[in-house]
Amino acid sequence: MKPGYYFWSGDIAAAEGGIFAGCRFYAGYPITPSSEIAERMALRLPQVGGKFIEMEDEIGSIAAIIGASWTGEKAMTATSGPGISLMNENIGLAVMTEVPVVIVNAMRGAPSTGLPTLVGQGDFMQAKWGSHGSYEIISLYPSSVQETFDLMIDAFNYAEKYRVPVIFLLDAMLAHMYEKIYVPSEDSVERIERKKPTKPPGEQLIYEPDDDLIPPMPSIGEGYKIHASGLTHNEKGYPQLTAEAQEKLIRRINDKIRKHAEEIWKVEEYRTEDADIIVVAMGTNARTVKTAVDEARKEGIKAGLLRPITIWPFPYKYIEKYSADYIVAEINYGQIYHKVREYADNKVELLPKMGGELHKPHEILHALRRYKK
Amino acid sequence: MRVEIKFGGLGGQGIITAGYITAKAAALHDGKESVFTQDYSAEARGGASTSEVVISDKMINYPQVLHADYLVVMSQSAYNDYLHKLKKGGVLIIEEDLVKLDERAKDFKIYKIPATRFAEEIGNPIVANIVMLGFFVAITGVVSKEAMWKSIEERIPKRFLEMNQKAFLKGYEYGMEIVKKEKK
Repeated sequence: MKPGYYFWSGDIAAAEGGIFAGCRFYAGYPITPSSEIAERMALRLPQVGGKFIEMEDEIGSIAAIIGASWTGEKAMTATSGPGISLMNENIGLAVMTEVPVVIVNAMRGAPSTGLPTLVGQGDFMQAKWGSHGSYEIISLYPSSVQETFDLMIDAFNYAEKYRVPVIFLLDAMLAHMYEKIYVPSEDSVERIERKKPTKPPGEQLIYEPDDDLIPPMPSIGEGYKIHASGLTHNEKGYPQLTAEAQEKLIRRINDKIRKHAEEIWKVEEYRTEDADIIVVAMGTNARTVKTAVDEARKEGIKAGLLRPITIWPFPYKYIEKYSADYIVAEINYGQIYHKVREYADNKVELLPKMGGELHKPHEILHALRRYKK
Repeated sequence: MRVEIKFGGLGGQGIITAGYITAKAAALHDGKESVFTQDYSAEARGGASTSEVVISDKMINYPQVLHADYLVVMSQSAYNDYLHKLKKGGVLIIEEDLVKLDERAKDFKIYKIPATRFAEEIGNPIVANIVMLGFFVAITGVVSKEAMWKSIEERIPKRFLEMNQKAFLKGYEYGMEIVKKEKK
Protein backbone atom coordinates (compact mmCIF):
# COMPACT_ATOMS: atom_id res chain seq x y z
CA MET A 1 0.00 0.00 0.00
CA LYS A 2 1.28 3.41 -0.89
CA PRO A 3 1.79 5.61 2.18
CA GLY A 4 -1.03 8.09 2.67
CA TYR A 5 -4.57 8.55 3.92
CA TYR A 6 -7.29 6.00 3.22
CA PHE A 7 -10.90 5.57 4.26
CA TRP A 8 -11.16 2.02 5.54
CA SER A 9 -13.26 -0.23 7.72
CA GLY A 10 -11.76 -2.07 10.68
CA ASP A 11 -11.86 -5.26 8.62
CA ILE A 12 -9.90 -3.71 5.75
CA ALA A 13 -7.42 -2.23 8.22
CA ALA A 14 -6.94 -5.64 9.87
CA ALA A 15 -6.18 -7.22 6.51
CA GLU A 16 -3.89 -4.42 5.34
CA GLY A 17 -2.18 -4.24 8.74
CA GLY A 18 -1.49 -7.96 8.49
CA ILE A 19 0.01 -7.60 5.02
CA PHE A 20 2.02 -4.59 6.19
CA ALA A 21 3.38 -6.69 9.07
CA GLY A 22 4.54 -9.29 6.56
CA CYS A 23 1.66 -11.76 6.48
CA ARG A 24 1.74 -13.73 3.23
CA PHE A 25 -0.65 -16.57 3.96
CA TYR A 26 -4.33 -16.46 4.85
CA ALA A 27 -6.65 -19.40 5.21
CA GLY A 28 -10.19 -18.74 6.30
CA TYR A 29 -13.86 -19.43 6.12
CA PRO A 30 -16.00 -16.29 5.79
CA ILE A 31 -18.38 -15.35 8.56
CA THR A 32 -20.00 -12.02 9.43
CA PRO A 33 -18.65 -9.58 10.58
CA SER A 34 -15.15 -10.77 9.66
CA SER A 35 -15.85 -11.72 6.02
CA GLU A 36 -14.45 -8.48 4.60
CA ILE A 37 -11.03 -9.46 5.97
CA ALA A 38 -11.11 -12.61 3.85
CA GLU A 39 -12.43 -10.59 0.91
CA ARG A 40 -9.58 -8.09 1.18
CA MET A 41 -6.97 -10.80 1.61
CA ALA A 42 -8.28 -12.67 -1.44
CA LEU A 43 -7.76 -9.50 -3.46
CA ARG A 44 -4.49 -8.32 -1.97
CA LEU A 45 -2.37 -11.35 -1.06
CA PRO A 46 -1.87 -12.45 -4.69
CA GLN A 47 -0.73 -8.89 -5.48
CA VAL A 48 2.09 -9.12 -2.93
CA GLY A 49 3.17 -12.67 -3.71
CA GLY A 50 1.12 -14.26 -0.93
CA LYS A 51 -1.43 -17.06 -0.89
CA PHE A 52 -5.11 -16.99 0.01
CA ILE A 53 -7.12 -20.13 0.56
CA GLU A 54 -10.82 -20.36 1.29
CA MET A 55 -11.02 -23.46 3.45
CA GLU A 56 -13.84 -25.93 4.02
CA ASP A 57 -14.38 -24.66 7.56
CA GLU A 58 -12.75 -22.95 10.54
CA ILE A 59 -11.04 -26.09 11.81
CA GLY A 60 -9.26 -26.46 8.49
CA SER A 61 -8.49 -22.74 8.40
CA ILE A 62 -6.52 -22.66 11.62
CA ALA A 63 -4.84 -25.97 10.83
CA ALA A 64 -3.69 -24.48 7.51
CA ILE A 65 -2.16 -21.37 9.05
CA ILE A 66 -0.32 -23.46 11.66
CA GLY A 67 1.17 -25.52 8.83
CA ALA A 68 2.01 -22.39 6.82
CA SER A 69 3.78 -20.87 9.80
CA TRP A 70 6.05 -23.96 10.02
CA THR A 71 7.25 -23.15 6.50
CA GLY A 72 8.48 -19.79 7.79
CA GLU A 73 5.62 -17.63 6.52
CA LYS A 74 3.69 -15.17 8.62
CA ALA A 75 0.12 -16.47 8.58
CA MET A 76 -3.29 -15.38 9.80
CA THR A 77 -6.97 -16.17 9.76
CA ALA A 78 -10.10 -14.29 10.80
CA THR A 79 -13.44 -15.40 12.09
CA SER A 80 -16.29 -14.57 14.43
CA GLY A 81 -18.91 -16.08 16.72
CA PRO A 82 -19.32 -19.83 16.12
CA GLY A 83 -16.16 -19.78 13.98
CA ILE A 84 -13.85 -18.92 16.85
CA SER A 85 -15.41 -21.66 18.97
CA LEU A 86 -14.55 -24.16 16.23
CA MET A 87 -10.96 -22.94 16.11
CA ASN A 88 -10.24 -23.42 19.78
CA GLU A 89 -8.92 -26.96 19.73
CA ASN A 90 -6.23 -26.06 17.22
CA ILE A 91 -5.44 -22.82 19.03
CA GLY A 92 -4.33 -25.16 21.81
CA LEU A 93 -2.19 -27.03 19.29
CA ALA A 94 -0.53 -23.76 18.25
CA VAL A 95 0.11 -22.94 21.91
CA MET A 96 1.54 -26.40 22.64
CA THR A 97 3.73 -26.54 19.52
CA GLU A 98 4.66 -22.83 19.88
CA VAL A 99 3.62 -21.66 16.45
CA PRO A 100 3.37 -17.94 15.65
CA VAL A 101 -0.05 -17.20 14.10
CA VAL A 102 -2.54 -14.36 14.31
CA ILE A 103 -6.24 -15.11 14.68
CA VAL A 104 -8.66 -12.22 14.29
CA ASN A 105 -11.95 -12.60 16.12
CA ALA A 106 -14.56 -9.94 15.32
CA MET A 107 -16.84 -10.27 18.33
CA ARG A 108 -20.56 -10.24 17.68
CA GLY A 109 -23.64 -10.77 19.84
CA ALA A 110 -23.52 -14.29 21.26
CA PRO A 111 -23.72 -17.13 22.39
CA SER A 112 -24.36 -19.44 19.44
CA THR A 113 -25.28 -17.63 16.22
CA GLY A 114 -26.57 -14.76 18.38
CA LEU A 115 -26.49 -11.40 16.64
CA PRO A 116 -24.36 -11.92 13.50
CA THR A 117 -24.23 -8.26 12.45
CA LEU A 118 -24.18 -6.54 15.82
CA VAL A 119 -21.54 -5.81 18.40
CA GLY A 120 -20.64 -8.03 21.36
CA GLN A 121 -17.72 -8.42 23.76
CA GLY A 122 -18.41 -11.88 25.03
CA ASP A 123 -15.17 -13.54 23.96
CA PHE A 124 -12.63 -12.02 26.38
CA MET A 125 -12.46 -15.10 28.58
CA GLN A 126 -12.65 -17.44 25.63
CA ALA A 127 -9.62 -15.73 24.08
CA LYS A 128 -7.66 -16.78 27.16
CA TRP A 129 -9.32 -20.04 28.15
CA GLY A 130 -10.98 -21.24 24.95
CA SER A 131 -8.83 -24.29 24.45
CA HIS A 132 -8.44 -26.95 27.09
CA GLY A 133 -5.54 -26.75 29.48
CA SER A 134 -3.64 -24.14 31.43
CA TYR A 135 -1.82 -21.82 29.09
CA GLU A 136 -0.94 -18.21 28.38
CA ILE A 137 -1.75 -16.44 25.17
CA ILE A 138 -1.54 -12.88 23.87
CA SER A 139 -4.68 -10.95 22.99
CA LEU A 140 -4.94 -7.39 21.69
CA TYR A 141 -8.04 -5.25 21.08
CA PRO A 142 -8.02 -1.89 19.26
CA SER A 143 -10.69 0.82 19.43
CA SER A 144 -10.32 2.59 16.08
CA VAL A 145 -9.58 1.77 12.46
CA GLN A 146 -6.14 3.39 12.72
CA GLU A 147 -5.30 1.42 15.82
CA THR A 148 -6.47 -1.78 14.13
CA PHE A 149 -3.88 -1.29 11.41
CA ASP A 150 -1.11 -0.30 13.83
CA LEU A 151 -1.85 -3.05 16.30
CA MET A 152 -1.84 -5.79 13.67
CA ILE A 153 1.85 -5.08 13.26
CA ASP A 154 2.33 -5.55 17.01
CA ALA A 155 0.25 -8.72 16.86
CA PHE A 156 2.57 -10.29 14.30
CA ASN A 157 5.64 -9.03 16.15
CA TYR A 158 4.44 -10.60 19.40
CA ALA A 159 3.49 -13.86 17.70
CA GLU A 160 6.93 -14.12 16.10
CA LYS A 161 8.88 -13.00 19.14
CA TYR A 162 7.15 -15.21 21.71
CA ARG A 163 6.19 -18.08 19.40
CA VAL A 164 2.57 -17.91 20.47
CA PRO A 165 -0.80 -17.48 18.79
CA VAL A 166 -2.12 -13.94 19.13
CA ILE A 167 -5.89 -13.54 19.36
CA PHE A 168 -6.61 -10.18 17.76
CA LEU A 169 -10.00 -9.02 18.96
CA LEU A 170 -12.23 -6.75 16.93
CA ASP A 171 -15.93 -6.16 17.41
CA ALA A 172 -18.76 -5.98 14.92
CA MET A 173 -18.90 -2.20 15.27
CA LEU A 174 -15.23 -1.69 14.51
CA ALA A 175 -15.15 -4.39 11.84
CA HIS A 176 -17.78 -2.61 9.76
CA MET A 177 -17.24 1.06 10.52
CA TYR A 178 -15.15 3.29 8.29
CA GLU A 179 -12.66 5.94 9.39
CA LYS A 180 -9.71 7.82 8.05
CA ILE A 181 -6.44 5.99 8.40
CA TYR A 182 -2.83 6.83 7.68
CA VAL A 183 -0.62 4.15 6.20
CA PRO A 184 3.03 4.92 6.95
CA SER A 185 5.98 4.18 4.70
CA GLU A 186 7.12 0.56 4.48
CA ASP A 187 10.38 1.15 6.35
CA SER A 188 8.90 3.20 9.20
CA VAL A 189 7.88 0.29 11.44
CA GLU A 190 9.78 -2.45 13.17
CA ARG A 191 8.98 -5.96 11.99
CA ILE A 192 10.14 -8.77 14.25
CA GLU A 193 11.02 -12.13 12.74
CA ARG A 194 11.11 -15.36 14.74
CA LYS A 195 14.49 -16.49 16.07
CA LYS A 196 16.18 -18.99 13.78
CA PRO A 197 18.43 -21.82 15.01
CA THR A 198 22.11 -20.97 15.27
CA LYS A 199 23.27 -24.59 15.39
CA PRO A 200 23.23 -26.85 12.31
CA PRO A 201 20.69 -29.67 11.84
CA GLY A 202 21.56 -32.61 14.06
CA GLU A 203 22.85 -30.41 16.87
CA GLN A 204 19.80 -28.23 17.38
CA LEU A 205 16.97 -29.57 19.51
CA ILE A 206 13.86 -27.92 18.14
CA TYR A 207 12.32 -27.19 21.54
CA GLU A 208 15.48 -26.17 23.34
CA PRO A 209 14.78 -22.72 24.76
CA ASP A 210 17.21 -19.84 25.13
CA ASP A 211 17.44 -17.89 28.38
CA ASP A 212 14.31 -15.96 27.40
CA LEU A 213 12.43 -19.32 27.50
CA ILE A 214 11.72 -19.09 23.77
CA PRO A 215 13.18 -21.80 21.50
CA PRO A 216 14.51 -20.75 18.08
CA MET A 217 12.21 -21.99 15.32
CA PRO A 218 13.49 -23.84 12.26
CA SER A 219 11.30 -24.01 9.18
CA ILE A 220 10.23 -27.22 7.52
CA GLY A 221 12.57 -27.93 4.63
CA GLU A 222 15.70 -26.43 6.15
CA GLY A 223 17.05 -29.83 7.16
CA TYR A 224 16.05 -29.88 10.79
CA LYS A 225 14.16 -32.81 12.19
CA ILE A 226 10.82 -31.28 13.05
CA HIS A 227 8.45 -33.27 15.16
CA ALA A 228 5.66 -30.94 16.26
CA SER A 229 3.40 -32.82 18.62
CA GLY A 230 0.43 -31.71 20.64
CA LEU A 231 1.40 -34.41 23.09
CA THR A 232 3.59 -33.35 25.98
CA HIS A 233 7.06 -33.42 24.47
CA ASN A 234 10.73 -33.10 25.31
CA GLU A 235 13.20 -30.66 23.76
CA LYS A 236 13.61 -32.94 20.74
CA GLY A 237 9.89 -32.56 20.15
CA TYR A 238 9.23 -36.23 20.85
CA PRO A 239 6.29 -37.20 23.06
CA GLN A 240 7.29 -37.77 26.66
CA LEU A 241 4.21 -38.55 28.64
CA THR A 242 5.43 -37.96 32.18
CA ALA A 243 4.70 -35.55 34.99
CA GLU A 244 8.29 -34.26 34.80
CA ALA A 245 8.06 -33.41 31.09
CA GLN A 246 4.64 -31.80 31.65
CA GLU A 247 5.96 -29.73 34.54
CA LYS A 248 8.89 -28.48 32.47
CA LEU A 249 7.04 -27.78 29.23
CA ILE A 250 3.82 -26.26 30.54
CA ARG A 251 5.61 -24.13 33.10
CA ARG A 252 7.89 -22.80 30.37
CA ILE A 253 5.20 -22.01 27.76
CA ASN A 254 3.30 -20.10 30.46
CA ASP A 255 6.34 -18.35 31.89
CA LYS A 256 7.65 -17.21 28.51
CA ILE A 257 4.57 -14.95 28.39
CA ARG A 258 4.25 -14.15 32.11
CA LYS A 259 7.87 -13.08 32.44
CA HIS A 260 7.55 -10.74 29.47
CA ALA A 261 4.08 -9.47 30.36
CA GLU A 262 5.16 -5.89 30.93
CA GLU A 263 6.72 -5.73 27.46
CA ILE A 264 3.42 -6.92 26.01
CA TRP A 265 1.12 -4.63 27.96
CA LYS A 266 -0.45 -1.73 26.12
CA VAL A 267 -2.93 0.41 28.03
CA GLU A 268 -4.54 3.78 27.39
CA GLU A 269 -4.98 5.96 30.48
CA TYR A 270 -7.27 8.92 29.93
CA ARG A 271 -7.72 11.53 32.66
CA THR A 272 -6.97 8.92 35.30
CA GLU A 273 -4.24 10.80 37.18
CA ASP A 274 -6.46 12.42 39.82
CA ALA A 275 -9.55 10.29 39.22
CA ASP A 276 -11.86 9.14 42.01
CA ILE A 277 -13.71 6.86 39.64
CA ILE A 278 -12.16 5.04 36.70
CA VAL A 279 -14.16 3.32 33.99
CA VAL A 280 -12.47 0.25 32.53
CA ALA A 281 -13.67 -0.27 28.97
CA MET A 282 -12.28 -2.00 25.89
CA GLY A 283 -12.49 -1.64 22.12
CA THR A 284 -15.09 0.66 20.56
CA ASN A 285 -16.96 0.76 23.87
CA ALA A 286 -14.08 2.80 25.33
CA ARG A 287 -14.87 5.58 22.83
CA THR A 288 -18.27 6.07 24.45
CA VAL A 289 -16.61 6.21 27.84
CA LYS A 290 -14.28 9.00 26.74
CA THR A 291 -17.26 11.18 25.88
CA ALA A 292 -18.88 10.36 29.22
CA VAL A 293 -15.66 11.07 31.14
CA ASP A 294 -15.40 14.51 29.53
CA GLU A 295 -19.04 15.24 30.38
CA ALA A 296 -18.57 14.03 33.95
CA ARG A 297 -15.49 16.22 34.39
CA LYS A 298 -17.59 19.25 33.37
CA GLU A 299 -19.94 18.33 36.23
CA GLY A 300 -17.05 18.18 38.68
CA ILE A 301 -16.84 14.40 38.83
CA LYS A 302 -13.23 13.24 38.79
CA ALA A 303 -13.66 10.48 36.24
CA GLY A 304 -11.15 8.68 34.04
CA LEU A 305 -10.89 5.90 31.51
CA LEU A 306 -8.54 2.94 31.67
CA ARG A 307 -8.50 1.00 28.41
CA PRO A 308 -6.61 -2.28 28.30
CA ILE A 309 -5.39 -2.63 24.71
CA THR A 310 -3.57 -5.78 25.71
CA ILE A 311 -6.35 -7.93 27.11
CA TRP A 312 -4.10 -10.95 27.74
CA PRO A 313 -1.80 -11.18 29.60
CA PHE A 314 -4.07 -8.95 31.68
CA PRO A 315 -2.30 -5.67 32.55
CA TYR A 316 -3.12 -5.98 36.23
CA LYS A 317 -0.50 -3.52 37.47
CA TYR A 318 -2.49 -0.70 35.91
CA ILE A 319 -5.47 -1.71 38.03
CA GLU A 320 -3.32 -1.97 41.17
CA LYS A 321 -1.78 1.43 40.47
CA TYR A 322 -4.91 3.42 41.28
CA SER A 323 -6.78 3.67 44.55
CA ALA A 324 -9.93 4.82 42.79
CA ASP A 325 -13.24 2.98 42.50
CA TYR A 326 -13.81 1.17 39.23
CA ILE A 327 -16.74 0.74 36.88
CA VAL A 328 -16.25 -1.98 34.27
CA ALA A 329 -18.39 -1.23 31.19
CA GLU A 330 -18.38 -4.24 28.91
CA ILE A 331 -20.77 -5.75 26.38
CA ASN A 332 -21.27 -9.02 28.24
CA TYR A 333 -22.59 -9.98 31.67
CA GLY A 334 -19.28 -9.72 33.53
CA GLN A 335 -15.87 -10.95 32.33
CA ILE A 336 -13.09 -8.36 32.64
CA TYR A 337 -15.05 -7.22 35.70
CA HIS A 338 -13.73 -10.28 37.52
CA LYS A 339 -10.14 -9.52 36.52
CA VAL A 340 -10.48 -5.95 37.80
CA ARG A 341 -11.97 -7.19 41.07
CA GLU A 342 -8.97 -9.46 41.45
CA TYR A 343 -6.59 -6.49 41.58
CA ALA A 344 -8.61 -3.48 42.76
CA ASP A 345 -8.45 -2.21 46.33
CA ASN A 346 -11.77 -0.47 46.35
CA LYS A 347 -15.25 -0.85 44.97
CA VAL A 348 -15.71 -2.41 41.53
CA GLU A 349 -19.04 -2.05 39.77
CA LEU A 350 -20.14 -3.94 36.68
CA LEU A 351 -22.01 -1.98 34.01
CA PRO A 352 -22.98 -4.72 31.59
CA LYS A 353 -24.81 -4.74 28.28
CA MET A 354 -25.91 -7.98 26.72
CA GLY A 355 -24.93 -7.02 23.18
CA GLY A 356 -26.22 -5.43 20.00
CA GLU A 357 -25.05 -1.90 20.70
CA LEU A 358 -22.35 0.07 22.46
CA HIS A 359 -23.06 1.71 25.78
CA LYS A 360 -24.54 5.15 25.16
CA PRO A 361 -22.60 8.09 26.63
CA HIS A 362 -25.52 9.02 28.92
CA GLU A 363 -25.61 5.50 30.36
CA ILE A 364 -21.98 5.79 31.42
CA LEU A 365 -22.51 9.34 32.66
CA HIS A 366 -25.50 8.24 34.72
CA ALA A 367 -23.33 5.60 36.42
CA LEU A 368 -20.51 8.11 37.01
CA ARG A 369 -22.83 10.58 38.72
CA ARG A 370 -23.25 8.15 41.60
CA TYR A 371 -19.59 8.76 42.41
CA LYS A 372 -19.82 12.53 42.68
CA LYS A 373 -18.10 13.66 45.85
CA MET B 1 -18.16 20.72 16.24
CA ARG B 2 -19.73 17.28 16.02
CA VAL B 3 -22.24 16.92 13.18
CA GLU B 4 -24.47 13.87 12.87
CA ILE B 5 -26.17 12.84 9.64
CA LYS B 6 -28.53 9.96 9.06
CA PHE B 7 -29.59 8.68 5.65
CA GLY B 8 -32.63 6.44 5.28
CA GLY B 9 -34.47 4.80 2.41
CA LEU B 10 -35.03 1.49 0.69
CA GLY B 11 -32.53 -1.08 -0.48
CA GLY B 12 -31.37 -0.13 -3.99
CA GLN B 13 -31.69 3.63 -3.49
CA GLY B 14 -28.00 3.95 -2.75
CA ILE B 15 -28.44 4.96 0.88
CA ILE B 16 -25.30 3.13 2.01
CA THR B 17 -23.31 4.58 -0.88
CA ALA B 18 -24.53 8.09 -0.07
CA GLY B 19 -23.33 7.77 3.52
CA TYR B 20 -19.99 6.30 2.51
CA ILE B 21 -19.35 9.01 -0.11
CA THR B 22 -20.26 11.78 2.34
CA ALA B 23 -18.08 10.45 5.15
CA LYS B 24 -15.12 9.83 2.86
CA ALA B 25 -15.47 13.32 1.37
CA ALA B 26 -15.26 14.88 4.83
CA ALA B 27 -12.35 12.72 5.98
CA LEU B 28 -10.09 12.64 2.96
CA HIS B 29 -10.99 15.74 0.96
CA ASP B 30 -12.12 18.28 3.57
CA GLY B 31 -9.46 17.22 6.08
CA LYS B 32 -11.89 16.50 8.88
CA GLU B 33 -12.55 13.41 10.95
CA SER B 34 -15.52 11.22 10.12
CA VAL B 35 -17.03 7.86 10.92
CA PHE B 36 -19.35 5.93 8.64
CA THR B 37 -21.56 3.11 9.90
CA GLN B 38 -24.40 1.21 8.33
CA ASP B 39 -27.26 -0.64 9.90
CA TYR B 40 -27.15 -4.20 8.68
CA SER B 41 -30.05 -5.38 10.79
CA ALA B 42 -32.42 -2.91 9.19
CA GLU B 43 -31.75 -4.39 5.78
CA ALA B 44 -32.97 -7.73 6.96
CA ARG B 45 -36.22 -6.13 8.11
CA GLY B 46 -37.54 -6.05 4.57
CA GLY B 47 -36.00 -3.49 2.30
CA ALA B 48 -35.19 -0.72 4.76
CA SER B 49 -31.70 0.71 4.48
CA THR B 50 -29.91 3.26 6.63
CA SER B 51 -26.46 4.67 7.09
CA GLU B 52 -24.93 7.10 9.54
CA VAL B 53 -22.16 9.66 9.27
CA VAL B 54 -20.52 11.59 12.08
CA ILE B 55 -18.21 14.46 11.10
CA SER B 56 -16.03 16.55 13.38
CA ASP B 57 -12.90 18.71 13.45
CA LYS B 58 -11.67 16.60 16.37
CA MET B 59 -11.29 12.87 17.01
CA ILE B 60 -14.71 11.26 17.12
CA ASN B 61 -15.52 9.19 20.18
CA TYR B 62 -19.00 7.69 20.02
CA PRO B 63 -19.20 6.50 16.41
CA GLN B 64 -22.93 6.55 15.75
CA VAL B 65 -25.77 9.04 15.55
CA LEU B 66 -27.25 9.99 18.92
CA HIS B 67 -29.30 13.07 17.96
CA ALA B 68 -29.07 13.70 14.23
CA ASP B 69 -28.49 17.25 13.01
CA TYR B 70 -29.51 16.19 9.51
CA LEU B 71 -31.91 13.48 8.44
CA VAL B 72 -32.11 12.61 4.74
CA VAL B 73 -35.01 10.29 3.92
CA MET B 74 -35.91 8.79 0.57
CA SER B 75 -38.81 6.53 1.60
CA GLN B 76 -41.93 6.75 3.74
CA SER B 77 -40.79 3.94 6.01
CA ALA B 78 -37.47 5.69 6.63
CA TYR B 79 -39.36 8.86 7.56
CA ASN B 80 -41.59 6.91 9.93
CA ASP B 81 -38.74 4.91 11.48
CA TYR B 82 -36.04 7.54 11.90
CA LEU B 83 -37.75 10.87 12.47
CA HIS B 84 -37.35 10.42 16.22
CA LYS B 85 -33.58 10.35 15.69
CA LEU B 86 -33.61 13.95 14.40
CA LYS B 87 -33.03 16.52 17.09
CA LYS B 88 -35.55 19.33 17.58
CA GLY B 89 -34.87 22.10 15.10
CA GLY B 90 -32.76 19.74 12.98
CA VAL B 91 -32.77 19.71 9.21
CA LEU B 92 -35.07 17.23 7.49
CA ILE B 93 -34.37 16.60 3.82
CA ILE B 94 -36.93 14.52 1.95
CA GLU B 95 -37.49 12.96 -1.46
CA GLU B 96 -40.77 14.82 -1.89
CA ASP B 97 -42.45 12.36 -4.27
CA LEU B 98 -41.82 9.44 -1.92
CA VAL B 99 -42.29 10.93 1.53
CA LYS B 100 -45.47 12.41 2.95
CA LEU B 101 -44.95 14.55 6.01
CA ASP B 102 -47.25 14.47 9.02
CA GLU B 103 -47.78 16.83 11.96
CA ARG B 104 -44.51 15.71 13.59
CA ALA B 105 -42.57 17.50 10.84
CA LYS B 106 -43.38 20.92 12.30
CA ASP B 107 -40.47 20.61 14.75
CA PHE B 108 -37.90 20.61 11.96
CA LYS B 109 -36.51 22.71 9.16
CA ILE B 110 -37.69 21.00 5.98
CA TYR B 111 -36.17 20.85 2.50
CA LYS B 112 -37.83 18.96 -0.34
CA ILE B 113 -36.55 17.68 -3.65
CA PRO B 114 -38.02 15.33 -6.27
CA ALA B 115 -34.66 13.54 -6.54
CA THR B 116 -35.93 10.42 -8.30
CA ARG B 117 -37.88 12.42 -10.89
CA PHE B 118 -34.77 14.49 -11.63
CA ALA B 119 -32.69 11.31 -11.88
CA GLU B 120 -35.16 9.84 -14.36
CA GLU B 121 -34.97 13.00 -16.45
CA ILE B 122 -31.21 12.69 -16.47
CA GLY B 123 -31.48 9.11 -17.63
CA ASN B 124 -31.63 6.65 -14.74
CA PRO B 125 -33.39 6.63 -11.36
CA ILE B 126 -30.30 4.95 -9.93
CA VAL B 127 -28.59 8.35 -9.60
CA ALA B 128 -31.30 9.72 -7.30
CA ASN B 129 -28.90 9.38 -4.37
CA ILE B 130 -26.32 11.50 -6.20
CA VAL B 131 -28.97 14.17 -6.91
CA MET B 132 -29.65 14.05 -3.18
CA LEU B 133 -25.95 14.48 -2.34
CA GLY B 134 -25.75 17.58 -4.54
CA PHE B 135 -28.84 18.94 -2.80
CA PHE B 136 -27.41 18.05 0.61
CA VAL B 137 -24.18 19.95 -0.11
CA ALA B 138 -26.05 23.07 -1.24
CA ILE B 139 -28.44 23.08 1.71
CA THR B 140 -26.08 22.13 4.54
CA GLY B 141 -22.54 23.03 3.54
CA VAL B 142 -21.39 20.30 5.93
CA VAL B 143 -19.20 18.91 3.18
CA SER B 144 -17.69 21.13 0.49
CA LYS B 145 -18.92 20.76 -3.08
CA GLU B 146 -15.41 19.93 -4.32
CA ALA B 147 -14.85 17.26 -1.66
CA MET B 148 -18.20 15.62 -2.30
CA TRP B 149 -17.65 15.50 -6.04
CA LYS B 150 -14.15 14.08 -5.63
CA SER B 151 -15.52 11.38 -3.38
CA ILE B 152 -18.25 10.57 -5.93
CA GLU B 153 -15.65 10.38 -8.70
CA GLU B 154 -13.64 7.86 -6.68
CA ARG B 155 -16.67 5.68 -6.00
CA ILE B 156 -18.49 5.63 -9.35
CA PRO B 157 -17.25 3.64 -12.40
CA LYS B 158 -15.84 5.97 -15.06
CA ARG B 159 -18.43 5.15 -17.71
CA PHE B 160 -21.21 6.43 -15.46
CA LEU B 161 -19.43 9.58 -14.35
CA GLU B 162 -21.05 11.92 -16.84
CA MET B 163 -24.55 10.91 -15.76
CA ASN B 164 -23.56 11.21 -12.12
CA GLN B 165 -22.07 14.63 -12.66
CA LYS B 166 -25.33 15.82 -14.21
CA ALA B 167 -27.20 14.36 -11.25
CA PHE B 168 -24.90 15.97 -8.71
CA LEU B 169 -25.10 19.40 -10.34
CA LYS B 170 -28.88 19.17 -10.76
CA GLY B 171 -29.31 18.53 -7.04
CA TYR B 172 -26.78 21.19 -6.17
CA GLU B 173 -28.33 23.90 -8.34
CA TYR B 174 -31.84 23.08 -7.15
CA GLY B 175 -30.59 23.42 -3.60
CA MET B 176 -28.73 26.67 -4.25
CA GLU B 177 -31.90 28.26 -5.65
CA ILE B 178 -33.71 27.44 -2.43
CA VAL B 179 -30.84 28.81 -0.37
CA LYS B 180 -30.80 32.05 -2.41
CA LYS B 181 -34.54 32.51 -1.97
CA GLU B 182 -34.15 32.02 1.76
CA LYS B 183 -31.51 34.73 1.95
CA LYS B 184 -33.76 37.29 0.25
